[in-house]
Amino acid sequence: MAFVNLKTKMIQVKIVYYGPGRGGKTTNLEYIYRKFHQRIHSEMVTVKTHGDRTLFFDFLPFDIGIINGYQIKIQLYTVPGQVQYNATRQLVLRGVDGIVFVADAMAVRRENNIQSMKNLQANLTSYRKSLDTLPWVIQYNKLDLREQGIPVMSVAQMEQDLNRRFKRPVFPASALKGANVVATLKKIISLTVTSIRSELA
Amino acid sequence: MSYTLGQKQLDRIEDILKADLIDNGVRCVCLIDMAGNIVANLDNGEKQHDIYSLAALAAGNFGAVDAMAKIIGESEFSLLFHKGKRENIHFSKISSEFLLITIFGNEISLGFLRLKVGESVGQLKGILDPLFSRNG
Repeated sequence: MAFVNLKTKMIQVKIVYYGPGRGGKTTNLEYIYRKFHQRIHSEMVTVKTHGDRTLFFDFLPFDIGIINGYQIKIQLYTVPGQVQYNATRQLVLRGVDGIVFVADAMAVRRENNIQSMKNLQANLTSYRKSLDTLPWVIQYNKLDLREQGIPVMSVAQMEQDLNRRFKRPVFPASALKGANVVATLKKIISLTVTSIRSELA
Repeated sequence: MSYTLGQKQLDRIEDILKADLIDNGVRCVCLIDMAGNIVANLDNGEKQHDIYSLAALAAGNFGAVDAMAKIIGESEFSLLFHKGKRENIHFSKISSEFLLITIFGNEISLGFLRLKVGESVGQLKGILDPLFSRNG
């Protein structure tokens, strides 16, 4: 639910990183925070459990500059991935404008990815939104683990599991090393801003 | 789904918040939507807060309280208040889409604040309610 302020000429946009627990959503935001800290004028907000898992959400406001005379403020959120925190995931999705689905490429997490995608669809339905119409992209994270001998799924396998129907842009990535983190962010910002512009036109 | 507020509407909102709250001693007042966006923000110039983080947390917190209300069979808790040593925060739901956050010191009583917030909320509804019924 982007808000357009005609007085300050600012558009606030909400982008949510979604996906299974321990998949790398927070790591994406931490990388973005480190990489762009000069442009981010506040601390990254995190609400974690004692076990260092995201309990509520992480939050990172991010100015991307002026487009068509409007200052665009992107608000990045993550959700807690663990199955039991669904009520919180629903809250964070409220008013979402764009989504990055962070899939975990580790072979043992295949079912977690599929369940998380189903959960995302169900939660969006409760807000009368759908993956068929929202701007969103997929990031296949942790592909670098293959180098360490850890069994990792192929992109083709994950495409078959998660993206067969949607054919959305995909980004093979390593959030820890920063590979394709910025490319993922740029793509979702571009898709979301385009969608808001056409909605307002 | 996006929504837009124009200069006139935002000026009117700020006038209401200033006259009812800032001029009556409130340190900071913030009108946000339930997605965590900031619609209007005024302060008395003494202290700057990280209002974007505050808005994100407040929207999430209020959503959580709403969910708790439903679990125990209430339709909503329309008022939420946190007391600190020097600063206090009061949250008031304007509609299903908007929330008013006020930060105030101990020199203002909670009763007086609630009265003034109530007056503001009544006026703000007049501006915000038609906006959302129109936008769906």
